[in-house]
Amino acid sequence: MVMRTDATVGMTCEYVTLPGHNGDQINAYVARPAGPGPFPGMVLVHHMPGWDEWYFEATRRFAQHGYATICPNLYARSGHGTPEDVAAVVRSQGGVPDAQVVGDLQGAFKWLRGQSYSSGKVGLFGTCSGGRHGFLAACQLGTEVDALVECWGGRVIMADADLTPNQPVSPNTLTAQLTAPILGIFGNDDTSPPPPQVDQHEAELKAAGKNLEFHRYDGAPHGFFYYDRAAYRQAQAVDGWSKIWEFLPKHLS
Amino acid sequence: MCSMVNERTTVSGGGKGPQGWFPVDYVSVGYDHPVFVAREHAITIDFANESAGPGARVAVELTPESARELIATLQTALDKGTVLKLP
Repeated sequence: MVMRTDATVGMTCEYVTLPGHNGDQINAYVARPAGPGPFPGMVLVHHMPGWDEWYFEATRRFAQHGYATICPNLYARSGHGTPEDVAAVVRSQGGVPDAQVVGDLQGAFKWLRGQSYSSGKVGLFGTCSGGRHGFLAACQLGTEVDALVECWGGRVIMADADLTPNQPVSPNTLTAQLTAPILGIFGNDDTSPPPPQVDQHEAELKAAGKNLEFHRYDGAPHGFFYYDRAAYRQAQAVDGWSKIWEFLPKHLS
Repeated sequence: MCSMVNERTTVSGGGKGPQGWFPVDYVSVGYDHPVFVAREHAITIDFANESAGPGARVAVELTPESARELIATLQTALDKGTVLKLP
């Protein structure tokens, strides 16, 4: 959606509660264009620093571009406080279990599709650990996910020695299950995932005959969209966002 | 949680946070994306209390070089205390 100075439709933002994994009640942030819809939807998978301000702003940004967007709090079971403090608790616990994250995301998809303003088409976006969780969820949820934007998902490819009870499967081993078209955005100066893993990830998707579009950026480290961190790279981030706005309408309209 | 490098140990001590002093019963040490330090990865140390909620935390982020200096400094202080037979 191109921004126009004569736009008349605003935005509605709210906190909601929805059933996540195992029916647990989790909270979520929702932003959507004002009006009855129908609007395509997006589910946002927050990153390791938690359910934080950057993700709230990203939620509103997707809404600004015409998507009814929900960002569930994947750390809702670990207490409440500042995002940094809650993320520290989760970090000390070895992260959240993959199965729990996928269940929470599935709950967010169901919640969004259940809203009167939903068009029924819903995509998935995640960065960092959220990029990994997004790819994992897209593989496991199959046709529930209509499009996937994976931004620098670390540990999509895991060695057997790195598997844990919380992360029992290397997501790339599920590549064959992916049905959604995938847009991948990566920095060539990233170490998680490093460029050779991005190459492997892309090759596995191609070998499986998936609909994919990968973009790699020179001079871009891990997290180069994060304007509040030293990793921010303005030119690469602007171009990366433009790729997202070109990709999503092709699959969610 | 991109590196997933995190170690946790039970300790006995105290820490001072925004609300004042509180008992510290565990320390969590990670080597992952920092919030404040301007680099992709750093040593993150949280002195925290399990039952007091997420806010009961004293957080420190160090460059790996500084973390090694801290280890050496802790050891030096412990060694000097041992020589002095401090209780």
